[in-house]
Formats: sequence, C-alpha cells, structure tokens
Amino acid sequence: MTVNPSGWRPTQPSNDAIADGHTVTGNRALMLEEPLIFEIGSTEQTGVDFDHGLPTTPKSSRLGGLERNRAIGLPGLSEAEAVRHYTRLSRQNYAIDLGLFPLGSCTMKHNPRLNEKVARFPGFADVHPLQPQETVQGALAVISELAVWLLELTGMYGVAMSPKAGAHGELCGLLCIRAALEARGDAREVVLVPESAHGTNPATAAFAGYRVENIPANEAGRVDLDALKARLGPDVAAVMITNPNTCGLFEPDMKAISDAVHGAGGFVYCDGANFNAIVGKVRPGDLGIDAMHINLHKTFSTPHGGGGPGSGPVVLSQALSPFGPLPFVARHGDGTFRLVEEENASEEHPHAFGRMVAFHGQMGMFTRALAYILSHGADGLKQVAEDAVLNANYILRSLEDVLDAPFAKSGPCMHEALFSDKGFADDVNTLDLAKALIDEGFHPMTMYFPLVVHGAMLVEPTETESKASLDQFIAAVRSIAERAKAGDESLKAAPVYAPRRRLDETLAARKPILTYREAQAAQAAE
Amino acid sequence: MRYLPLSDADRSDMLRLVGASTIDELFRDVPGEARLHGPIAGLPMHASEMAVERHMMALSRRNMVASDVPFFLGCGAYKHHIPASVDHIIQRGEFLTSYTPYQPEIAQGTLQMMFEFQTQVARLFGCEVANASMYDGSTAMWEAILMAHRITRRKKTVISSGVHPHYVSVAKTMAKFTEDALDTALPELVAETDVERLIGQIDGETSAVVVQYPDILGRIADLAPIAEAVHSAGGLLIAVVTEPVALGMIRSPGEMGADIVVGEGQSIGVGLQFGGPYVGLFACREKHVRQMPGRLAGETVDAEGKRGFVLTLSTREQHIRREKATSNICTSSVLCALAFTAHLTLLGEEGLRQLASVNHARACEAAERLAAIPGVELVNDSFFNEFTLKLPIEARPAVHAMVERGVLGGVSLGRLYPGIEGLQNGLVVAVTETATNEDIDALEAKLKEVVR
Repeated sequence: MTVNPSGWRPTQPSNDAIADGHTVTGNRALMLEEPLIFEIGSTEQTGVDFDHGLPTTPKSSRLGGLERNRAIGLPGLSEAEAVRHYTRLSRQNYAIDLGLFPLGSCTMKHNPRLNEKVARFPGFADVHPLQPQETVQGALAVISELAVWLLELTGMYGVAMSPKAGAHGELCGLLCIRAALEARGDAREVVLVPESAHGTNPATAAFAGYRVENIPANEAGRVDLDALKARLGPDVAAVMITNPNTCGLFEPDMKAISDAVHGAGGFVYCDGANFNAIVGKVRPGDLGIDAMHINLHKTFSTPHGGGGPGSGPVVLSQALSPFGPLPFVARHGDGTFRLVEEENASEEHPHAFGRMVAFHGQMGMFTRALAYILSHGADGLKQVAEDAVLNANYILRSLEDVLDAPFAKSGPCMHEALFSDKGFADDVNTLDLAKALIDEGFHPMTMYFPLVVHGAMLVEPTETESKASLDQFIAAVRSIAERAKAGDESLKAAPVYAPRRRLDETLAARKPILTYREAQAAQAAE
Repeated sequence: MRYLPLSDADRSDMLRLVGASTIDELFRDVPGEARLHGPIAGLPMHASEMAVERHMMALSRRNMVASDVPFFLGCGAYKHHIPASVDHIIQRGEFLTSYTPYQPEIAQGTLQMMFEFQTQVARLFGCEVANASMYDGSTAMWEAILMAHRITRRKKTVISSGVHPHYVSVAKTMAKFTEDALDTALPELVAETDVERLIGQIDGETSAVVVQYPDILGRIADLAPIAEAVHSAGGLLIAVVTEPVALGMIRSPGEMGADIVVGEGQSIGVGLQFGGPYVGLFACREKHVRQMPGRLAGETVDAEGKRGFVLTLSTREQHIRREKATSNICTSSVLCALAFTAHLTLLGEEGLRQLASVNHARACEAAERLAAIPGVELVNDSFFNEFTLKLPIEARPAVHAMVERGVLGGVSLGRLYPGIEGLQNGLVVAVTETATNEDIDALEAKLKEVVR
C-alpha cells in the first residue's frame, strides 16, 4: 500500500449543500458567522472571578433606598467565549494591518506597535488625572514635549492640547477666534468655508454660533481668491481653509488669502487634516495661519480604532494664543511642570475662553504621537511627507489614462489623488468601483467627496505603502475601471467575496433598529 | 527609517514615472519662500526603537503609578481591574487599525460591536436607544444640553450643584457661545442633594434639568421627583453618570424618568490614562433619536437577506448635513467603546452585580473606619463606592501630606473648587474592588496622622 507522505487524503465528494455554496453552520472555512452576545450569552454567566473572602454583601446598604429592583438584561460570556466572540468579529473587519487603506483625507498609515507598548507603561496608563501635580511630572513632561514638537513643526506660537479629535480642535480654534474678536469688541457673524471643505468645518462653525457661507473654487480646484476677496468684510470672523485642500492640491495663494483675511480684520483657520502632506516641508505659521488643528490620529499615526479615539491639538498664532482653553501645562524655570487651571488662570492666562474637556486631553494619544515623532525625527518626518506625496503622484500618473482625474493637468497632487467616474458606462458609478475593490482585497478610497467633483474618488495611499503594494492596487483599479467603462453589469453585484453583500442602508434608516430586542428577534424568527 | 518601505531606488523609479526630476518638483505649489530646505533645524533626527522606548520609560517613571500605592481617587475617573483579555481584544489589528465603518461589507466587526455596545448602554441606563460613543462624559453632557434645547426649543438649563465641576465648566464655556442660559450652583458639604433647589428653579422656560447620579460628592438621590417636576413644565431630565459600575446595584436613571442619560464609560474597561482617551456614553428615548448626536449602528440585511449592520440615520451628521447637523462630532471613541463592551460582556449582569457589591461593601467599610478618626466626619448618608469626608483641616494639604507618606488618599474639593469657602475641608474618597485591606489600613493610618 502507498502512503501519502504529505498526509493529504482525498476527501469525500462534496454534499449537495456545500455544492450550493451553503453550509450547515453558515460558516465558510475561515469566514465565520458570529451571533450577537444577546443570542449566545446569559445573565448568569460571567468571565470574571472575584477574590475569595471579599465581602459581596455589605453589612448595611447605604444606597439611599434606591437598590436596583429589576433586571438589566446584560448577557455575560466566559472568557473563552468572549475572546472567541470578539476575535471572530474582528475578522470581519478590513484594517491597515491587512492591506492598503486609501481613504482620502483619513491618512490610514501603519500604526507602529512601539507606540502601543509605550502607551501601556504603567507610568502613563495607570495615572489618575486628578493626582497631585508632584506625582504626575512625567505626564506633564510628555504633554509639554509633544507641544514643543508641534510648535516647531508648524511654526506657530501656542498650542491647546486638550481637544479630543479633529472636529473638537476646529471648535477650539473657532472659539479662540470668537474670544479674540469679542475682546476687541468686534462682533462678527460669518465664517466662510470653501465648498470642498470637510463637513465638520461648516458644522463646527454653526456649533460655535456662526452663520456659514460658501466660497467657490476656481477651475484649477483652488480657492477662488478674487471671489474670496470680494466677500471679505467687517462681518467675516474667519475663513476656514483646508490646506492641502480636499482635492489633494496645495493652495498656492495661501499667504495672499491670509493677508486678505487679516486685512479685513478676520482670522484664518486651517483644517490640518491633510498635514501629512507637508509636515517638515512647510510650516503653516509661515503662511499666515492663525489656528490649525492637528489630527494626531492621522499625521502622527495614533490608531483610528474603528472611529476613534482621536486627538486634535490646535496650534495658535500669537494673536490667538492668549485666548486658548484651560487647562494647559506650563514649565517652571527649574524644569518642573505645573498645570494652569481655573484656579491660577486669572494670573497666568486671564483671557482663556474656558474649558473644553473634563481633564487634560487624550494622554494615551500624546504618548503614542510623541513616540512616533521621536522615532521619525526631523529628517524622518520630512521623508514622511515626501513619500506620501510621491506615492499619491505615482497613483495619479498610473491611473490618469483610465480614470478621469479632474485636476491632473494643473500639476502634481499632494498626498492624495482625486479621480471621478466620468467616462464610466451610464449605469455604473463610483460606488460600484469601490465595491469591486473590496473583492480585490482593498479598502475602497473615499467616495463622493469632495462634493465639488461629481462621483469623486479620493485616494490617499500614505507613505507606509511599498511600491509593490501600490502596483497591485493600480492593477486592480485599472481592471475595474475598464470594466466600468465597458458597462460590465457584474460590478453591480460586488462585493461577492466579503463577509456581507451590499447592505440595505435605506431599510436601516427607514425602520431603525438600533438596539437588540428579544421580542422583535423572536417575532422575526417565526 | 523603519516605518518607510520605499527604497531610494523605488523613489527614483517613481519620480521618473511621474515626470519629476526631484521630489521638490512635486511641492512646486508651495511658495519658494515658505518651503523648508532640509530638516527643521534644532530638532533631533530619527531614533531607534530602543532609544525611544528608553526615553519614554524614563518619562513614565516620573509619575506615581496608581497601582503601586494605596489609591483612593475618583471624581469622574475610577480605578477598576480590567481583565487581560480586554486589552488583548482591543489590540487585535482588525479593530485597532480599522477606520470608521463607512464600507459596511468589510466592517461588520466594528458595526456589530457598536450595535452590542449601544444595546448594553441603553439597558444599563434604562433608555430605549444609545449611540456608538462620544469623546467623554463632559462633552456628552454638553451635547445632551444642546439636544434638549433642540427638542424643547428652550434655552434655559438648570444644572445640579452635584454635577462634576469640570463638566459644568465645559458647559459654561460652550454656553457663552450659544447663548444658552445655565443656572448653576456650588455644592454644600451636607448629606442632602439639591433636589429642592432644582425643583424650585424649574419654570416654563426650562429646557432641561441636569443631575449627576451618584453626584460629585458620591450622594445618591431619587430622580423621580425631579423628572416629574420638569416634565410637568414641559422640559426634559438629563442624568449624568460618571461611575456606571454603580448601576449594577442602583436603579437606572431611565427608569426614574430621565429623558437623556449621558455618562463617562471609563470605569468599565478603560484605564485611567491621566484623563483620556475615555468614552462618552449617550442614551435617550427612541422618539428623540433624530435629535441625537453621534454615530449610530443599525440592523439591516444584505443583498442575500443575511443580517448585517450599517451606520444609519446619517442625515443627522455633519458629513451629510454640514452646518445643519445635530453636532460637529466625527471621530468619537470607538476603540474605548470596544473596551467597555468587551469588559461588560465578560462581567455580564451577574458579574456587574458582584463587582458593584464588592465596591459598595469596600466603601462602606472604609467610610465607617475613616469616619471614626477623631475630627473626621462622613458627609454622606447615601453613597455607592465614593463618599465625602469633612476633615478638621483643609483637604488639599492633607492630600499632599498623604502623598509624602506614600498614599494617594482621595481628591480634595480644594482642587476641584479652589478658594470656595465651605468646601476646602472636603475630601472625596473612592474605594473600589482594587483597594486591599492593607490599602484601607494605610489610608486610615495616614489620614489619622495628617489630621492630627
């Protein structure tokens, strides 16, 4: 008899179910279905043990007569089950660890694991925000050290570290502007925002109590300087500019824009979401900008985590710095640090517009960002911007013959390349290309943004992609683009290989099911 | 540079393809006078992993680590034991390094976890729906005030004196710009909360009453009378929970009539981290969901009829509605929400109840012993795992003196309410399951020494 040395054995012919593409479990090998915790857990089960001998019933209760008297409905799982549940769920996610994630304006770059390690040092992770200041000098030193780097990299005068994310940073910047205007008795009502801006810009301006007006773009995808100048006046508090802008282009007139805004008594806010393109190459402070948030979760690589936490420190010009929020870290002559909070603000920072968060901002992101910055150094950060821009231009030039690239003729792009679905067959669009990319193993680019380009596709590869990775992506997009132009109907069915086919978003919005309800689930099962 | 894959050969090949002879040609839109040539002077160059780790370790050693000493701080951030598996789960690269789930077919992991989180938060708070997280408790509270204002079209909010002063400070800051009127007061070192004041301040202009439960001094009061009073005036009740573990033992705000319940989720699954990142919790009645800020995951089906989840009701949000959005929030705190939901799933209802019981029992024991120190009084009649002591001396120097003796003995009200008469002798002490018998012995001994 012959023995197969590899251990391979011929299997039984597939049964009918598998031949149909269905399995008994609904699983497909490594693609594993996972129920909700409410379907697999029970309120009696737990994955946590408590120390023996700990009193679990107090001698007398001091709960003010408000003891809970009904069940909550929280299922528990043993640790074995819980780890499996979340591991199975995790495998239904695409991630930067798995491949190219070219979401324009999102800067999905590699997240170095050193930064995770550092953030978990007990001296950072296990420190309470209200510990006496003599016990948190290291934490204050981290904030201060990162602040110095951010100031050097942007050429600005002051920095507010506490904002929790980009949009929160925008709010911080606008509130500084509002406070500065109010301090000079100058009530202004309008904030100008380009049509191509991120949605957070107009939303933030409204949140800060301003009326929003759009400023148009010119044919080259830049702010129309003449139109802007014509609109400036004593009612304009600020102009919010994204630079590089959301078409992936640097605003060459930035200094002229700033001068014009300042000349009209307003301030310039810069959305720093795209700072990755220019870090170490040009300093916003040299372009006349008054305030800019920095998304640490973009440029400085703190992980996005499926939608946060972010961190959005705001660098400020000399004119705005006196109005920055509390608390902040100040340095004594002897090298120790102190917090400037409400109690000492009247002597040290009397014009602060107030407080934006309960504590000191996103410390866990500061440690990661500082480790990232120290790892790169001044030379590495400059290289980051250069490689990010080179990678984006490589994509732009490798695809402009198959995809419409509305601004490609006006010159190089910055760190993201903008395309559109112009030239696709009538019933095929950007969404179809994006979904087909999923089947090819890529996360799609940003779709339908910026709004100024119909069927926009904004591709931001970042500097942490190799040439081989870009080439594979380019080959996939080329092939799909050609099918899209030829009107290949099969694109409408994509994705085919993802854990789910296209999901019905209209149904989700029309009849919102936002929490699990046992009764409804039982009804549905009948 | 260890994080950059391009080689110099790649770079020159790619430059050739894009038709540039130098990298600076790609930066030609940057005005020449603003362009930097070479690395910014005076800053260090790149560093090895070992060097960076060493530097950061040295900085971290300049902090006193909570777990290294007897530790009793709370006031909005609590030290609980976090199971090792929680940190493992949030470090799965597929969660850690994914983005906001805009492409649901390849983001079901995050979306399902959000849906589970929303359900857990809603149930814990006694509400019908919850969102997928906010930045933190303080910003969630301000968003709740704004939401109430949108629903009631009124601009006056009465805030309890028992709300965390930093949360009040955030609301006051924001209200300056939105012209909302906030009625606030300072707490007093007494056993009763300010229910009567709150009810007295409600009128036909009141949009909402905001109450913290348990409050900043650890006191627990029934919210039902306030709910009744504010509802009969056409306003809403907003409850703020900074220690959700308490809800394992005490009634949820929702069942006492709160319309919007917000909170800080740090104490379940998220470490202290010197104040952030934390996770804001936000729940409300279903009929108000379209006025809610933040992301929401909802259930739907895919093209084959399989159950799946998507981000939904996005027409509330800034990327669709721009200046008409319910909030400007974009990035929230999803990874911390994952830590919260994973920890709560490990606990389950039974585990949460036990955890809460251990906390309460520990706190009762400590309160009794500390209140027996001559000159020290327990302010609270009611509390969960945190209570306020009135010391015979100012609490702030007492806290520093305890630090010198190796004990982090609590939060002085002098830190939270600097210079406010009547509060300077207050010390807020939080006692969780992490406090050992020896820790409580040490606190008792050192407090006795410093108040002598």
